[in-house]
Amino acid sequence: MRHIISILLENEAGALSRVAGLFSARGYNIESLTVAPTEDPSMSRMTIVTSGSDDIIEQITKQLNKLIDVVKVIDLSEGEHIERELMLVKVRVTSKDRAEMKRIADIFYGRIIDVTDKDYTIELTGTGAKLDAFLSAIDRSMILETVRTGASGVGRGDRILRI
Amino acid sequence: MELSGAEIVVRCLQEEGVEHVFGYPGGAVLYLYDELFKQDKVKHILVRHEQGAVHAADGYARSTDKVGVALVTSGPGVTNAVTGIATAYMDSIPLVVIAGQVPTYAIGEDAFQECDTVGITRPCVKHNFLVKDVKDIALTIKKAFYIAATGRPGPVVVDIPKDITAPTQKAEFEYPQSITMRSYNPVVKGHSGQIKKAAQILLAAKRPMVYAGGGVIQGRAASELTEFVRLLGFPCTNTLMGLGGYPATDQQFVGMLGMHGTYEANMAMQHCDVLLAVGARFDDRVIGNPKHFFQEPRTIIHIDIDPSSIAKRVKADVPIVGDVREVLRDLIEKLKAAKVKPDTKALNQWWAQIEQWRGRNCLKYDRASKLIKPQHVVEALYEVTKGNAFVTSDVGQHQMWAAQYYKFDRPRRWINSGGLGTMGFGLPAAMGVCLAHPGADVACVTGEGSIQMCIQELSTCKQYHFPIKIVNLNNRYLGMVRQWQQVDYSSRYSESYMDALPDFVKLAESYGHVGMYIENPVDVEPALREAFKLKDRLVFMDFITDQTENVWPMVKAGKGLSEMLLGSEDL
Repeated sequence: MRHIISILLENEAGALSRVAGLFSARGYNIESLTVAPTEDPSMSRMTIVTSGSDDIIEQITKQLNKLIDVVKVIDLSEGEHIERELMLVKVRVTSKDRAEMKRIADIFYGRIIDVTDKDYTIELTGTGAKLDAFLSAIDRSMILETVRTGASGVGRGDRILRI
Repeated sequence: MELSGAEIVVRCLQEEGVEHVFGYPGGAVLYLYDELFKQDKVKHILVRHEQGAVHAADGYARSTDKVGVALVTSGPGVTNAVTGIATAYMDSIPLVVIAGQVPTYAIGEDAFQECDTVGITRPCVKHNFLVKDVKDIALTIKKAFYIAATGRPGPVVVDIPKDITAPTQKAEFEYPQSITMRSYNPVVKGHSGQIKKAAQILLAAKRPMVYAGGGVIQGRAASELTEFVRLLGFPCTNTLMGLGGYPATDQQFVGMLGMHGTYEANMAMQHCDVLLAVGARFDDRVIGNPKHFFQEPRTIIHIDIDPSSIAKRVKADVPIVGDVREVLRDLIEKLKAAKVKPDTKALNQWWAQIEQWRGRNCLKYDRASKLIKPQHVVEALYEVTKGNAFVTSDVGQHQMWAAQYYKFDRPRRWINSGGLGTMGFGLPAAMGVCLAHPGADVACVTGEGSIQMCIQELSTCKQYHFPIKIVNLNNRYLGMVRQWQQVDYSSRYSESYMDALPDFVKLAESYGHVGMYIENPVDVEPALREAFKLKDRLVFMDFITDQTENVWPMVKAGKGLSEMLLGSEDL
C-alpha cells in the first residue's frame, strides 16, 4: 500500500544521503522524496512516498528513527492528512490550440506562468492523481517537459509534526 | 587556551579516558601523530594493517565494556579499516574511528589518498562525521563517544581534514562534560505495562524458553539474566554472540542454538509455548527457515534496546523496548512480587522432555581417533585454561567448535565476529584483549585459512609482547566451505583446498615467536600446557587435524530449526 512518511531531520550535510542510502540498502521503494529547510533553518522537513506491506512500513519508520540525524518520523497516511504536489508542464501550443489549452488548465485550476510564441508553461498543484488526470486530458504529443516535485503532506488539524 | 586541531583531538581522547589507540600513520594524520608523540597518557599501538587496528580496538571494546579507538589515515587507511568497521557494526560494538582526510580545500578534487570516507562508511557505522572547522572538533568527538557507547552501541567514524589539525588554525578548547541531542535519545526503561504482561505470560508458561543474545553482553545484563533464569527455573540458550551471558556449565543452560546449535536448544526453541528473547534478533543463522519456525504456535516476548530489531523477522506478541538490564531488573521485581508461581508440574514435564533431547548427546565425536579431532583440541584448551581464558576466534568450522566446546561461564570472554563473519578477526582482536587484560590467558582459536588473512599482525604482537596462544586447527581446507560443498554440492570441493601452506612453525619463529607442530592426539594437551606456561611468549600451535571432520549438528540453509543433521550418517 502507498504511504506518505513525513520526517523532521537535522539540516546537516549528508542527512539526505543517509535517508536515501537506508532505502536503497534495505531494498525499500521510494516513489518520491522531497525535502527543504523549515522555518527553523537548523531543521529540514522531508516527505517520502513509499509503498509496502504494513510490516515493511513499520520497519521503514523504525529504521528512519534510528538514523542519528532524524528527529521525528510519522506515517501521514495512518490518519487524516492533506497532500499536494506541484507540477510544471511545458506544452507546445500553436495559435489554434491556445484557447483550448487555457481552458483545460483553468478546469484543473492550473496557471499559465510563462508564455512564448511556441509554448505555455503551466503550473498545477494537487494530489498526484489530479496531476495525472491533467496529463491524460491533454494531447500527449503537445507535452515538451514535465517537472513534478513529488508529494508534500501535512496532517489535518491537531496532527502536528514538530519538536 | 587556544589549541590546534591536533592538540584538541589528543586532549579529547585524554578527557574521554582513552588509554590505548590502535592505528597506522600516514600523510593526513601526521599532525595528530606529532601530538601523540608529545604526550604519554594515550598510548599508541602500531599495527601492520588498518584492518588489524580496528579489529584490535574491537577486541579491546568487547572484552572490557570500554569504547575502542582506532586512528587511520585518509584514502587506503580508511578503505582498509572498512572491514573492521563493518564487523563492529554488525555486532554492535562501540568504537570511535578517527580518520585523516585530505585538507578541506582539496576535498572533491581527487587529491592524493582522498576518498569519500563519510560516503564509504555510511552504511556500516552507527553514525559518522566530517569535521570542517577546528572549532567543531571537541563537540564532534564528544558526540562520537556518546553515540558509540549509548543505546544500541556501534562504531562512529570521525573524518578530520589535515588542514584543521595544523598549528596554523587554533580554537579555544573546552571539552563538554555532558551532551544532549534532540535527534538522539535512546530509551532506557521498558514500558511497565508491557513488563507486567510479560511477567504474567512467563508465569503461566508450560514450556518456556529463554533465548539470549549479544545484547545481554553489550547491555551488561549477564548477572540479571542469570538471576532471572534461575528464579524461574527455565531453560536458557545463548546465541553465538550471547555466549557467556548465561553460565555454560549451569544445568539450566541447553547450549548454543541455531545452525550449529545443540539438538536440545533447537528442539526446545521450536517446541516451546512461551519464548522470551533478550537482546537477540532472530537472525537467519538462529531460527533457520522462518516459515518452518512459525509452524509451531508460541507466545513471543521480545526485549531489545533497538525497536527495529523487534518484528524485523519475527513478530513479537509482547515487544519491550529498553535497556535489557533495566528491563530484566524490573521483570525480576515483578516476578518476585507476584502471587502466582511458575507451574512446577508443567515445568518438570518440559525438563524431562529437554533431558531426553539432551540425551541424544549431539556433541559427541570419535574420541578414539588416530587423527587429532578439532573438538578435542578445544576441550583440552578448556581444561588447560580451566575455562578462564579469553578466547577469540576467526570464522569457520573452528569458530563453531570453539563456541560449542569451550564452556563460557562469564561474559566478554568469547570474542568473535558473529554478524559479518570476518575471517582475519581473531588475531588482531586478541591483541586488543591482551592490552586490556595484561597477564590474562588469551587464546586465538583459528584455522589455516583465517589466520593468513591478518597474519602480518604477528609482527605487532612481537613489538608489544602480546603473549597470545594461537590454536590453529589446521585441516588444510577452508573447512566450512568444504563442509557445505560436501553437504550441498555433491562433494565438489571447488577452491576450498588450501594448497601451498606455509610452515607455520617457521613462520612464527621468523616473527620471533614460539612455534609448535602437533599431529598426534596424545600430544594435544601437553602442548597446550607447555604453551600456556610460556606466560610472556606468543605461541603458535599448529594442530594438524582430521581433514574430514564436520561441525554437527547442522541446520542446512532453508531448513527448519528442528530439521537438524546430527552427523555424517544423516547425509
